[in-house]
Amino acid sequence: MTQPLVKVEGLRKLYPLHKGVFRKPTEYIHAVDDVSFEIAPGESLGLVGESGCGKTTTGRMLVRLTGASDGQILLQDDGSMIDVAHVDRDGMKRFRRRVQMIFQDPYESMNPRRTIFDTISEPLQVQGIGTVAEREERVAELLEMVGLIPAPTFMFRFPHQLSGGQRQRVAIARALVIDPSFIVADEPTSMLDVGISISIMELMLNLAEEFDVSYLYITHDLAVARYMCDRIAVMYLGKIVEIGPTEELLANPRHPYTRALLSAVPVPDPSSVRPAVEIEGGIAKAVNPPPQCRFIGRCPWVQDICRRRGHPPLEDTGNDHLVSCYVAKESV
Amino acid sequence: MTDRLVDPDPSAAPNMADVVAEPLWQVRLRLFWQGLRSGWSSFAESRIGLVGLGVIVLFGIMAMIQPILIGTVWEPAIYDPVLGYDAVVVEKTIVPDNEVTDPATQIDLFSARLLDPLLQVGDTLVVTVQPAPPSRQHLLGTDPLGRDVLSQLMFSTRAAFMLGIVAALVTVFIATTVGAVSAFFGGAVDTLFMRLADLIILVPFLPILIVLSALIDFQLFHLALLIGVLGGFGGTAIILKSQALSVSVKPFIDAARIAGGGHLHVIFRHIIPNVLPLSFLYMMFSVTDAISAEATLSFLGLLNIDMSWGIMIHQAWDQGYLLDPNRWWLMVPAGMSVTLLAGSFFLVGRAMDEIINPRLRRR
Repeated sequence: MTQPLVKVEGLRKLYPLHKGVFRKPTEYIHAVDDVSFEIAPGESLGLVGESGCGKTTTGRMLVRLTGASDGQILLQDDGSMIDVAHVDRDGMKRFRRRVQMIFQDPYESMNPRRTIFDTISEPLQVQGIGTVAEREERVAELLEMVGLIPAPTFMFRFPHQLSGGQRQRVAIARALVIDPSFIVADEPTSMLDVGISISIMELMLNLAEEFDVSYLYITHDLAVARYMCDRIAVMYLGKIVEIGPTEELLANPRHPYTRALLSAVPVPDPSSVRPAVEIEGGIAKAVNPPPQCRFIGRCPWVQDICRRRGHPPLEDTGNDHLVSCYVAKESV
Repeated sequence: MTDRLVDPDPSAAPNMADVVAEPLWQVRLRLFWQGLRSGWSSFAESRIGLVGLGVIVLFGIMAMIQPILIGTVWEPAIYDPVLGYDAVVVEKTIVPDNEVTDPATQIDLFSARLLDPLLQVGDTLVVTVQPAPPSRQHLLGTDPLGRDVLSQLMFSTRAAFMLGIVAALVTVFIATTVGAVSAFFGGAVDTLFMRLADLIILVPFLPILIVLSALIDFQLFHLALLIGVLGGFGGTAIILKSQALSVSVKPFIDAARIAGGGHLHVIFRHIIPNVLPLSFLYMMFSVTDAISAEATLSFLGLLNIDMSWGIMIHQAWDQGYLLDPNRWWLMVPAGMSVTLLAGSFFLVGRAMDEIINPRLRRR
């Protein structure tokens, strides 16, 4: 097997809940709890889950906006692996050239007082790459690649002079300007109109091929994940409950949560009767969760083994398809 | 389906070669100029802002022409605001005691005989008057020491501007930096600066200045610095910090960090530029505060300065003319100037507030 581009092992993020000024916190929100996955070069992994399941926190840890409480993030750089959690200044510099992020909100992710040129060329500028003229050429080239044509008319506009879709194109250009190998895309299309979001997704797919980048694509929409990603990981309350190749996972969902998510996807057929959603209740709080399976409170299949034992490990059920469920594993 | 924006008139679009050929500073200058123009056009919509600006310009002209007038038409020995002296002589008719109807031209017999015991009712007496009422030579009269009030007024304008602007610049420089730094770093730095600000707000401003003026020999410039420092570490810092805080949680700050920007880059390129409009607003308000503080302190006689609007009012009070309606020119011009200049900076601030704070616009 080729070396993975990104390797995440036992990643954990705990947020303390302060109960008093001087007392040590005793309760923690387990935002991300023991998450492991790998992303191969050029591959896109979709991270799917409902609000509050820790998918954005995972993404932010991968770009080091948030420090991890525990676990390892390794990033491949010219054959060697950078340990993202323990990099020195020099390693940080290299890391910043390899990894970028695209944000959800195109209206808030750009400084309203800086021009498009300043926004896109910021990584070049702070990392001291190229001369001013070279940066201008590079920005113009990227603007054309993301479909903001003619580039010169866009370069010295301000973000408020562009539409949401255009801004997201600028955000993509900014992420690509230093030629990264890995981009975390945090629901980049969830705030756009449907038609525009499709054109943005198409653009991202084309550019991924052209620039040879991998995405960690965070979304709550399985349809978007199916369109964008080679593999999908489903998260629930800080844990990955199922991970596998997109088509395999969608065709044979094994975890009850994944099945519930799939049954919630609308079908474009007015006469189709939607199967009843099997699970009940809302998402639980991840404050000091009990050791059993995270899904135990909502699971329709719950059995003795689930109550007796800890959270089920991710186990391979064939075809690279991993699931974290005692019952589902047996039914294979 | 596409959201590409195709320019309606492609021939009007600059081509790439032109864009790269035009140096970046030139582009930035043009954009800055455009921003200034659009800012001005929304400022000009506000009538109070224009009135305020007009008054400020008027005072600016006053401040500028005083030294020119001294050099040309005004004799320095007479019109110097501090050292000048003019004995204004007036002929007065002597009338019987208790029958004075017009004190400007008449004098009662008793008072006249204090000067010359041989005088009779109906004689005329040449007297020097101080303070002298407005006349052609002295458009706003003279003060109790025989100095020209108009010249004093114009001379003091310069000092008021200097004080107000220095104090405001110091305030805003400190408050913006403190606000941005404590919003960005949070934690102990934040606590330190915010508790300091609380302390400064807690202790009343004027009593501090009064106590300090007993310890330090206050020049006008020192006062400006002191007002600036107190204002900068005080309430303004808290307000600007809250603005900086709302900026520093925006995703573009995260984007800048992912781009590789360090603390200084994020603070000075992203947070401060987004706080600056509010800083300018508070600059206007601190000019108002500084001018009033100076007037109060010099009225109380606590500043070691030669002449200012506050000193002029102090002078009138000192000689017992403060609320004398017959000597209005001692009090009213200086008092009006303090009110007008402080008020006009406030009005400009209000107008800027409406630009920065779209919620205040009546649309």
